[in-house]
Amino acid sequence: MGVFLLKRFATFVLTLWVASMVVFAVLELLPGNAAQIILGDTATPESLAALEQKLGLDKPQLQRYGEWIVGLLQGRSATSISYDTPTVTLIAERMQVTLPLAAMAMLFSVVVALVAGVYAASRHNRLGDVGVMTLSQIGIAIPNFWFAILLILLFAVNLQWVSAGGFPGWREDDGGGLWEGFKALLLPAVALAVVQASVLARWTRSAVLEVMREDFVRTARAKGLSRRQALWGHVLRNAMIPVLTIMGLQFAFLISGTVVVEQVFVLPGVGRLVFQAIANRDLVVVRDVVLLLVAMVVFVNFVVDVLYAVIDPRLKTSDA
Amino acid sequence: MTLLFIGSAALSLLWTPWPATEIDVPNKLALPGAAHWLGTDSLGRDIVSQLLVGARTSILVGVVAVLIGLLCGVALGCLAAARRGWVEETVMRLSDFTFAFPALLSAIMLGAIYGPGLLTGIVAIGIFNIPVFARTARASANAVWSREYVLAARAAGAGPWRITLDHVLPNIASVLIVQSTLQFATAILAEAALSYLGLGTQPPMPSWGRMLNEAQTQMFQAPQLAIWPGAAIALAVLGLNLMGDGLRDLLDPKLARKR
Repeated sequence: MGVFLLKRFATFVLTLWVASMVVFAVLELLPGNAAQIILGDTATPESLAALEQKLGLDKPQLQRYGEWIVGLLQGRSATSISYDTPTVTLIAERMQVTLPLAAMAMLFSVVVALVAGVYAASRHNRLGDVGVMTLSQIGIAIPNFWFAILLILLFAVNLQWVSAGGFPGWREDDGGGLWEGFKALLLPAVALAVVQASVLARWTRSAVLEVMREDFVRTARAKGLSRRQALWGHVLRNAMIPVLTIMGLQFAFLISGTVVVEQVFVLPGVGRLVFQAIANRDLVVVRDVVLLLVAMVVFVNFVVDVLYAVIDPRLKTSDA
Repeated sequence: MTLLFIGSAALSLLWTPWPATEIDVPNKLALPGAAHWLGTDSLGRDIVSQLLVGARTSILVGVVAVLIGLLCGVALGCLAAARRGWVEETVMRLSDFTFAFPALLSAIMLGAIYGPGLLTGIVAIGIFNIPVFARTARASANAVWSREYVLAARAAGAGPWRITLDHVLPNIASVLIVQSTLQFATAILAEAALSYLGLGTQPPMPSWGRMLNEAQTQMFQAPQLAIWPGAAIALAVLGLNLMGDGLRDLLDPKLARKR
């Protein structure tokens, strides 16, 4: 298992490194002159020169890349052009919304998907199964931002149970609080969770059906375990392996969805930060935020790989 | 549903009830009626006409993005299957890496540099399709490479590219057709999201995603505006997903034998 984890960690680091080079190449090298992009065509040569010096564009590309990466690893970052604040500070503020939102959405989707998928598998080819599969098919087709708008129409406009958007903050001093913050993220998390839950439910059902046909399950039943005991004690653990893979792959879509849903609910998260940065042509913020989002995706897939080894005992000994 | 979607797009080339981009402010936010069957938006533009032309935009993005993924992805997947070894490993690691860049993040990067637009959206979605098709093609091609007739072709002196063209591609075509249908559906969702965010189709070209963005600003005055574009997206995607599932059932030889 040690060798397995080392290999996965090496892949994780390599993927992050290559991702950082791609982000740097696209946002720093491709445009040619980032200062020109930021200031536009009407910039004077003096202002261009000043911004080029401020951004370090007069330095060699490899040096700029190295300084960027080393700075990030040391917790230092470039200063945002529009906010005049280190991007690390901006991102840390916004992650107080984005991270809890993504976590809540993931939690909702996993709970719903496991229950729905196991239920559908246990009612295979009967009404329950057909109902769950139909709902999941519809759930996959619904755009999450449209579902978010419909939720706002129902709960904010018609029933007026929640506000249509915004985030009051986690601290009561700022006029928010833990409960207020949770309420503000509830609808966005549900909107995000619908698509994820639909995809995961289908995979869970498929994986559970596959495992239920295995000999060891028949043996467990023959030994006297009830259907439910066999399901929860033996089937689910083995079915989780392919489901975990899909959860990891779906995380990339969850992050994209979070960026979109933050726009719908006007949440001050990382998604809105990057869109404001695009509008302000603040390439420094765009670069660091994109790298962060890519790093989150890569990290989650790394965690999934590690969980594999925990769940599947064969992987613990295969590299020994 | 898929026929309705494609039919709408085709119809829009010949006829729409009103010009889709014609502004008629005195008639703004009209409720559904005889003149405007689903009403008008905040600038008086006919909703039905925008939905019809929006279908065309979605198809354009879907087709081009899928073609980008298909051509590049299948080439890479077949290369990986034909060469095996370090070539296969490199191609698969590159495709794994590309999964870390969802279409939205690529569109953000490209939009920040080149400005948002239809082309930016198509390229971003197309790039994300490449690893999907590469993985599918490689997995299916590997199965074909182990068949006896391929071994016979190799024994007869056929090179890897001749075998790929004559044997592998025809035998993996059905899998690719199914995958294309599913990716088409995903591309429509992605285009709608990008247009909603302002990174995709730009005004005045109608787009379902941007219609939703505009509808959201009128949520209190005209909540019905938010229903039609979203329903159009959902129906188009649902139809394509069901078609893909049906094609898979039809073309999968294992399922065909069961029938």
